[in-house]
Amino acid sequence: MHPLRKQRLQLVILLVASAALVIGLVIYMLRENGNFFYTPAQIISGEAPQNTFLRAGGMVVDASVLRSEDSLWVQFKITDGVEMLTIEHTGILPDLFAEGEAAIASGKVDENLVLQATQILAKHDEKYTPPEVADAMNEAYKQKEAAKTGSYK
Amino acid sequence: MIAEYGHMALIVALCLSIAQAIVPMAGSFAGYRTWMRLGHSLAIGQLVFVAISFACLTAAFVQDDFSLQYVANNSNTLLPTQFKISAVWGAHEGSLLLWALILAVWSAAVALFSNHLPLVLSSRVLSILGAISVGFGLFILLTSNPFARILPFSPTEGGDLNPLLQDFGLIVHPPMLYMGYVGFSVAFAFAVAALIGGQFDSAWARWARPWINSAWVFLTIGITLGSWWAYYELGWGGWWFWDPVENASLMPWLVGTALVHSISVTEKRGAFRSWTLLLAILAFSLSLLGTFLVRSGVLTSVHAFANDPERGIFILAFLGLVVGSSLLLFALRGPVVQQHRAAADAVSYSGLSREMMLLLNNVLLVSAMAMILIGTLYPLIADVLDLGKISVGPPYFNFFFVPMTLGLMVAMGFAVFSRWKKTDAQLLRQKGMVPFLISLSAALILPLFLADSISWASYSITAVITLGASFWVLTMSLEDLWQKLDRGSSKASSKLKNIGKLPGSYWGMQCAHIGIAVCALGVGLSSVYDVQKDVRMVPGDRVAVAGYEFSFDSLDYVQGPNFGASRGQISAYKNERLVAVLYPEKRKYEARNQVMTEAALDAGLTRDLYVSLGEPLKGDAWAIRLHVKPFVRCIWLGGLMIGLGGLLSVMDKRYRRRKPSTQSSSQSSSQSSSQSSAQLKAQADATVAAAQ
Repeated sequence: MHPLRKQRLQLVILLVASAALVIGLVIYMLRENGNFFYTPAQIISGEAPQNTFLRAGGMVVDASVLRSEDSLWVQFKITDGVEMLTIEHTGILPDLFAEGEAAIASGKVDENLVLQATQILAKHDEKYTPPEVADAMNEAYKQKEAAKTGSYK
Repeated sequence: MIAEYGHMALIVALCLSIAQAIVPMAGSFAGYRTWMRLGHSLAIGQLVFVAISFACLTAAFVQDDFSLQYVANNSNTLLPTQFKISAVWGAHEGSLLLWALILAVWSAAVALFSNHLPLVLSSRVLSILGAISVGFGLFILLTSNPFARILPFSPTEGGDLNPLLQDFGLIVHPPMLYMGYVGFSVAFAFAVAALIGGQFDSAWARWARPWINSAWVFLTIGITLGSWWAYYELGWGGWWFWDPVENASLMPWLVGTALVHSISVTEKRGAFRSWTLLLAILAFSLSLLGTFLVRSGVLTSVHAFANDPERGIFILAFLGLVVGSSLLLFALRGPVVQQHRAAADAVSYSGLSREMMLLLNNVLLVSAMAMILIGTLYPLIADVLDLGKISVGPPYFNFFFVPMTLGLMVAMGFAVFSRWKKTDAQLLRQKGMVPFLISLSAALILPLFLADSISWASYSITAVITLGASFWVLTMSLEDLWQKLDRGSSKASSKLKNIGKLPGSYWGMQCAHIGIAVCALGVGLSSVYDVQKDVRMVPGDRVAVAGYEFSFDSLDYVQGPNFGASRGQISAYKNERLVAVLYPEKRKYEARNQVMTEAALDAGLTRDLYVSLGEPLKGDAWAIRLHVKPFVRCIWLGGLMIGLGGLLSVMDKRYRRRKPSTQSSSQSSSQSSSQSSAQLKAQADATVAAAQ
C-alpha cells in the first residue's frame, strides 16, 4: 500500500476505534447511572426492580410521618392515588418536605417493598410540582376514572 | 400608570429593534452608509427604552403595586427594599426583561465602541443583535409580559419572593450570569457577520476577541457566584450538583473557553478559522439552550419553578431558528472563509506546537461539553421516546469530566512553554523536569499531613492526583513567568522592570491557569477531606467532628423583617480553644408559610466550618448537620482568579487602539501588529466590498 494511504487508513481506524470506545462508554455510563422513576403503584405491584437504585415520587400521606426518638431515622408513606409506598430514611429532610405535599425519594427497594432512601427531594417552590409526580398522579387518576366508568357498565 | 409606561416603552423598544435588524443590514448590501450608521443610533435608542421599561417594573416593585400579577406573585410589603429590587429578576417574566436589558446594553456597547471597525462589519453585527432582540422582545410581550394587570380585584398583599431568593446572591448572580450568556450573542453576531461578508481573518479575530473575552469573564464570575450561593443558601453545603440548570451554564462556558483559546490562534496565526466561527455559533446556541432548559420546565431541577409550556415552545422555535439559520449560513459560506485562508496560506504547524496544544485544549473542552450535553438531554430524549423517566446522576458526569479536566491540566503545563509552529520535544522535557519532580513529591507527601492521622487508610489517591495536577500547572506557570522576567539580565531590578513589559494577555493567561489549579485543588481536597455529620443534639451537647468540637449552647427565637426564626448558638472548639461561634437559623417566612434553612459558616482559606439546623425533634432536640470542609474556599477563589485572568486579557493594550497610531510598531506581542490598524481597516473594507 502507498505509505500515505497507509497512514490515512491507520488514522481512520484509530478515529473509528476511539469513537466507538467513547460511544460505548457513554451508553454504559448512562445505563449505570440513569435512575428510573417509578410510581408507588409500580413498586408495590413488583414492576420495579429490587436492590437497584431508583427514584419514586408522590404525595406524602397525611399523618404518616414517624420519627425516631433518639436518631434521625424517619419513616413516611407516599401515594400516587392508587397505592402507598413506605419510605425509610436516616438524615435531615428538606425544608419544603411536608405532609400532603409532593416529594421524590431516591434509593433502593428492599425485599419488604420499602424504599430505603438515601436522598429525599421536596419541591423548591410551593407552586411547583415535579413533572414526574404530576404525571404519575394524573395517570393514576385516569386509571381510577376508567375503572369507575367500567364498573358502571 | 407606571406599568403602562413600562409596557409602552417595551413596545417601542421592540419596534426599534425591528428597525435595527433590517435597516443596517439592507444598507450594508445596498452600500448606503447612512442606513448602516443608523444601526448605532437605533441600538442606543433601544437601550434607552428597555431601560425605561426595566425602571418602571422596578418602580412597581418598590411601590408595592400588587395590581401587577408579577409583582403580586413575587413581592410583599414586608420584603426589604434591596430584595424588592432584586425580585424584579427573581422569576420568569422579570428575568427575561433583564435578558433584554443586558442584550440592549451589549448592543449599545458595540455601537459605542466600534468606531475602529469597518462600517459594513459593525452595522451587520448590530443588525444581527437587533434580530436577536426582536426574538426576545416578542417572547416577552407575547408569552411573558411582566406588566400584566390583575384588575379589577387586585390583591392588597403580595405572595412574597421565594425565601431562597431573598439573599445577596440573587442580587449579583443572575445579572452576572446573563451578562455572560447574552455576551456570547455579540460573539455570535460577529461570526454571522463574518460569514455574510466572507471576511474572516486576523483583523476580524482581533476585533471580536475583546468582546468574546469579556462575555467569558462575566460567565466565569456568574457561575462562580452561583456555586458559592448554592453552597451557603441551599443550606446543605453542596457547591455543584450536576443539576440540568447548572449544566446549562457550564456548557456555554466550556465552549466559550475553547473559543477564547481558538480565537487566539486565529488572531496570531490565522489558523482554526472555521472552527472559531463554529465555536462562536455554538456558544450562543448553548446559551439559548440553557434559557430553554431553565424556562421551559422540561427537566426536574432545583431551578425549576412553576412554568408554562407555551413559553418552552417559543424558545425552542427561536433556538431552532437561530441554530438552523446560522449553521446553514456556515455551510454555505464556510468555503469562502476557507478560500481566504488559502490565499494567505502561511499557516502550517507540526505535531508539537502551540497550535497543537490549543487544538488538544479545544478537543478536550468540546468533548467535555458534549458529554454533559448528552447526560443533560438524555432524560428528555428518553421521555420523548417513552423509554421511561430517567435522571442521570452525578457519577456519570464525574466519570467523564474529571479525567478530561486532568488531561487539560497536564497539557496546560506544557502549553505554556510550547512555541508557535514547532516546539522542540527536548525543550519541553528539560523545562518540565523540575516542576515534575516538585509536583510528584508534593503529591506524594502532602496527603500525609492533610489527613487526620498518618495511616494507609486515610492516604487518599484522589488527593495525590489532585495535588499532582495542581502543582504541575502551578510550577510550570511560575517557571515560565520566572524565565520571561529573566530575559536580559538576572538582576532583581531588571526583573521588576520586565514585569511591566509583559503584555496583559500573558498575565491574563497565567492568572487564569493558576486559577484552574487553585479551583481544582479546592474541588479535589474538599471532596476527599470533607467530613459531615448529621446528629441529634439538645442544648448542652458536644460533638466531635474532624478535630473540632461543636457545642450546642442554646436556642433562641428571633424575629426578622418578614420571617421568624429559631436560632441556634453553636460554638466550635479546636484543642479546647474557641474558634468560632455560629448562629444557624431555621426561618419561617410568613407570607408563603415556607420554612428555610439558613446555614451558618465560619470561612477560612484552609477550611470552612458549616453548621445548619435540620428539623426540631421531640423536646428540645434538633437534627443538626455539622460540616468541616477543608479548602472549599479555593473553588471560588480559583473561579475568581480565572475571571480576573480573562479581565487582564481584555485590558491588553493592543485591543485599545481606537485610532490608527504611530506607536503600533512598539507592540511586539502580535504578529500582525506591524501593520497599522488603518491599513487593516482599509484592507478589511476592501475585502468586504469585494465579497459582495
